Amino acid sequence: MTTEHFPILQVVLPLLAAPVCLLIRHPRRCWWLAMTVSAATLVISVILISTVYASGPIVYHLGSWAAPWGIEYRIDRLNSLVLLIVSGIGSVVLLFAHGSLGFEVKRSRQYIFYTAWMLCLCGLLGMCATGDLFNIFVFLEISSLSMYLMIALGYEHRALNAVFSYLVMGTIGATFFLIGVGLLYALTGTLNLVDLSNRLEPIAGSPTVLTAFAFIILGIGIKAAVFPLHWWLPDAYRYAPNSATALLACTASKVAVYLIIRFVYDLFGPGFSFKSVQLTEVLLAAGVSATLLMSTVAVFQNDIKKMFAYSSVAQVGYMVIGISLASVAGVTAALLHMFNHAVIKSALFMALGTAFVRTGGFSIDQIQGMGRYMPWTMAALLVAGLSLVGVPLTAGFVSKWYLILAAIEHDYLWLAIIVVAGSLLTLAYVWRVIEAGYFKPIPNHIEQRREAGAGLLVPLWILVLANLYFGIDTSLTLGAAHGAARALLGIAQ
Amino acid sequence: MQLNKLFSAVMLFGMYSLLSAALFVSLDAVDVALTEASVGAGIATILMLGALSLTTNRQRQISWKRRLPAALVTVAIGVLLLYGLSDLPVFGDPAAPAFKHVYPRYAFESPHEIGIPNMVTSVLASYRGYDTLGEVTVIFTAAVAVATLMGHGSDTRSFSGEGMEHHLILRINAKLLLPMILLFALYVQFHGDYGPGGGFQAGVIFAAGFILYGLVFGMSTIREVAPPKIIRILCAAGLGLYLLVGLCGMLLGGNFLDYNVLAHHPVHGQHIGIMLIELGVGTTVAASMIGLFYAYAEHEHRQ
Repeated sequence: MTTEHFPILQVVLPLLAAPVCLLIRHPRRCWWLAMTVSAATLVISVILISTVYASGPIVYHLGSWAAPWGIEYRIDRLNSLVLLIVSGIGSVVLLFAHGSLGFEVKRSRQYIFYTAWMLCLCGLLGMCATGDLFNIFVFLEISSLSMYLMIALGYEHRALNAVFSYLVMGTIGATFFLIGVGLLYALTGTLNLVDLSNRLEPIAGSPTVLTAFAFIILGIGIKAAVFPLHWWLPDAYRYAPNSATALLACTASKVAVYLIIRFVYDLFGPGFSFKSVQLTEVLLAAGVSATLLMSTVAVFQNDIKKMFAYSSVAQVGYMVIGISLASVAGVTAALLHMFNHAVIKSALFMALGTAFVRTGGFSIDQIQGMGRYMPWTMAALLVAGLSLVGVPLTAGFVSKWYLILAAIEHDYLWLAIIVVAGSLLTLAYVWRVIEAGYFKPIPNHIEQRREAGAGLLVPLWILVLANLYFGIDTSLTLGAAHGAARALLGIAQ
Repeated sequence: MQLNKLFSAVMLFGMYSLLSAALFVSLDAVDVALTEASVGAGIATILMLGALSLTTNRQRQISWKRRLPAALVTVAIGVLLLYGLSDLPVFGDPAAPAFKHVYPRYAFESPHEIGIPNMVTSVLASYRGYDTLGEVTVIFTAAVAVATLMGHGSDTRSFSGEGMEHHLILRINAKLLLPMILLFALYVQFHGDYGPGGGFQAGVIFAAGFILYGLVFGMSTIREVAPPKIIRILCAAGLGLYLLVGLCGMLLGGNFLDYNVLAHHPVHGQHIGIMLIELGVGTTVAASMIGLFYAYAEHEHRQ
């Protein structure tokens, strides 16, 4: 089998692993299978992104039917970057899941978790790789359903309530998306994204196109938890098993943000999105309120996992601000933050998962004095937290820096100030965690506690070091984000 | 119409589905009608009744103040939809884009390219066969999720749900109907190339036969006929078969899900490919539906 099949193999391998996991039922063997497949998807996505940069977009016809009659996979600069985020973070978090799952999910149900994980990975990669609008919907459903299942496996009973609201909101989002797809098909007679984009151009003024646009962006906005469509998110993140939270926060929401970028800039085109529809104002308002309000809400949370969940809504706000600017600098900043936030939040949620193994909870009181008995975990929390704030030499600094540059390029000085204000609010809640961990005494009732095992610390520190690496050497991330943004806005390389 | 009794709501829902199926027939969308009738009116009603038997039959009263925002959102969405419909092509307009762009190839080329008269099957199973693989995966995922959350995934627990065997009329009728249902399911499965039908509908009808058997002769009997372990294996096997057909296309030198390379002649290859993937679809759908029924029935028994 040659490299030409890589785009489809990346999606089909996890899909094949899912039924096999269901039949194996043995947790450890399931994990080995899932880990092998996940590592394979990572290798493939590295090869894909380098091929795309060397020789341009890769097109793969499923069933050998040419588009628009058949479905095609189309890998370009934008989605090869997202594929890399999903497979990369997915692999490291799965490595972490091996150690953490035993504390949260009953052994007899762990194989179900790995089955769902494989289905979710397949759905997320499929949504990124495909160049067909209806195919996106199908894989959106696969990833959503498997995500609901993973959250429902959380050990607290309230996980079921959380997943029910997510299910209702997610289904509304998917239905909105489907309505939009139906309207576009009735208007153009095609589902292929490139074809659709060409055929939409002459009829851009039609009220039906406007309606389809509204439904599609609203539907995906719910999935991406764009403020104020984020109500499902904090509980879903809070009660999911820790590894599932990391996967949800760092891959699922990123793919939804990717879809917004794809639809706004590629399918409908910046001319339609930002001139016919006043999307800049809408997205800017959503992004700014997310950043300020949700960061403020996060400051007052006493549950750290929920604090970081609200923080995720705020961080999606930064990406939305970048998207709203309709410039190369803005999209570059959004993509950079997509990548960096994935690295930051997965490290944070994994650090919380590691702490949970010893503390058994997420309340801010429960980590008092953790810096002394779990130095490595607390240090990881510190570094990733500072990266979230955007301290220089961390990944978080790079994306916020480019967002500020993009705002200044548009003469939006107030926007740059809001970005900095958001960072200060972030510092306020991250500081509460650091204070509790390093400067509060260890409560007396705690018996001898020790550091968590290497199975948890190694994957955690891979991502913590990634935070530092991408904060110092930005050539990889910035190059990929910039290249994708230029390609999207049709500027020659 | 406002109903507080959920049972009546479920019944109305079933009627609504059946009426939509009739509507689809009059629009010449016979495949869609068959799906709506078997899934919407058939299995969905059974599953909703199963869900009702686990909870209460009465809707909880919610004050109008809490309903108001929901009503406003609904009205807003409705207005937006009406606005959006204003520019759609007129119903049945032969110049509509949906009939002009990709449609002609599906309608006029598929008899030569795929070699089967039912172009709906051609599109579903071959041109857009990858979407269908995704749909089967969705059903597989849903079945795994429900079985896990409700049935706790155990095979071995003893189970003694009462049947309705003592009802003479029910029993005789069920015995009469059962072979016909299963035969009809097989007909729908293998006749999908020529007339309306295919794996999805056949799987649901097949499962309906088993569910009827379970309802009348008791859960312990049905579990002997179709042990949950076998059902789980079949659920995975159907999806696996579909994937393997796709991978075979790849190994034989084509792309993923390319059926042309499966035999010496492309049309023959398409026949083999479509038959195998439809079998995969039917297997997974039937096993998933039976699995869902088990999950509900076991949950009810535990309470």
